[in-house]
Amino acid sequence: MSDIVDARGLSCPQPVLLAMAKMKSKASGEIEVIVDNQVSRENVSRAARSQGWEVRDEQREGDDTHLMLTR
Amino acid sequence: MDGTRNVFATKAGIIVVGVLIGILAALLQKLGNPGNMGICVACFDRDITGAVGMHRAELVQYLRPEILGFVLGSFGAALIFREFKPRGGSAPLARFVLGMTAMIGALVFLGCPWRTLLRLAGGDGNALLGLAGLVVGVWIGTLFFKQGYSLGRSGKQSYGTGFLMPLLIAGLLLLRLIYSPVAGQAQSGVLFYSLKGPGAAYAPLAVSLGIGLLVGFLAQRSRFCTMGALRDLILFKQWHLFSGFLALLAAALLTNLVVGQFHPGFEKQPVAHTQALWNFAGMLVAGLSFALAGGCPGRQLFMSGEGDADAGVFVFGMIVGAAFSHNFGLASSPTGIGPHGVAAVVVSLFFCLVIGLSNIERARA
Repeated sequence: MSDIVDARGLSCPQPVLLAMAKMKSKASGEIEVIVDNQVSRENVSRAARSQGWEVRDEQREGDDTHLMLTR
Repeated sequence: MDGTRNVFATKAGIIVVGVLIGILAALLQKLGNPGNMGICVACFDRDITGAVGMHRAELVQYLRPEILGFVLGSFGAALIFREFKPRGGSAPLARFVLGMTAMIGALVFLGCPWRTLLRLAGGDGNALLGLAGLVVGVWIGTLFFKQGYSLGRSGKQSYGTGFLMPLLIAGLLLLRLIYSPVAGQAQSGVLFYSLKGPGAAYAPLAVSLGIGLLVGFLAQRSRFCTMGALRDLILFKQWHLFSGFLALLAAALLTNLVVGQFHPGFEKQPVAHTQALWNFAGMLVAGLSFALAGGCPGRQLFMSGEGDADAGVFVFGMIVGAAFSHNFGLASSPTGIGPHGVAAVVVSLFFCLVIGLSNIERARA
């Protein structure tokens, strides 16, 4: 399962950088990005949409949010 | 739920916040703050450092209420919107040193990124060199990020740790209320005050604190960050934060034009010097430091209010950097760079590069 990006505990811009790298390596499909704060959630969502990926916000687990990116 | 449901984190939101900061900063100058320094996080942290006697530069001692408001306003917003999250432990000493180098570099230029914009908006041409240095510094920072630079993950901390910064700031506010300035006196209780110079120029307490609280609240919601604005544009071609950056500049410029604070030129600009190379180099070091630490000085204050202990460590690094700057002749003045300003830039750049190069994960693995 190489399509999970764990960005928990990382500060800007690393969550977006990691998610972008993953998006670039896959033309389409599904990527799960795990973030643990609202700022990363907003930033990753914004970046994914700008790259033409759809963002579904999955259920939270404690402090973590699992963002599902699909294209 | 949508990840961007926070209205302040939309494009319109960040622009409105930038406009408000620009207008309020320019008005603070009208109401008493120093020229082109309605809000300057570096200068104001430095003034606070002087107010508590960690340096004794007589012209720059004042416990700036704006800074206190930034942290407390952000703290309030984080509590209300359930974003107060005590966290920390991501290379604290590296962040402390980056706070020092950021402050030392900023004081060679004489301003943080916010003041760079306010100086431009006031017509100070020297700020063009500072802005260029800031852009190049942030750009160098993005090269490190592209190579895998990371200070590592932060972890959850106790609520006590998260509350430390807001509590310390509340304590400073209490001191400011107890030991108010006394006309003609350079000291009031434990606090030092300036009788002339930038430290003696300040807006009324309630105005400064009120605007600080409002800006802190709005900036927490919008994630306003001047370093991030440049970084995201360079790294991702993303205009989001940069639109707030431009909005601040445009709003401050228009406000200055309306209230008669726009005086274009290079010579005799308020709290500025004309040594182009060092305006550039100072801000390059500051920009690189902000980039490596993940936020401009304002953003570090806002994050410290949200419970980010690493940002709090950066803030204290800035305070110590300010003390070094003025105790050892590193800081510039309107007459030019300090006697050891050149050494300060070189040594600070060296430390930034050590931190940058030694934290590239690919190399470490």
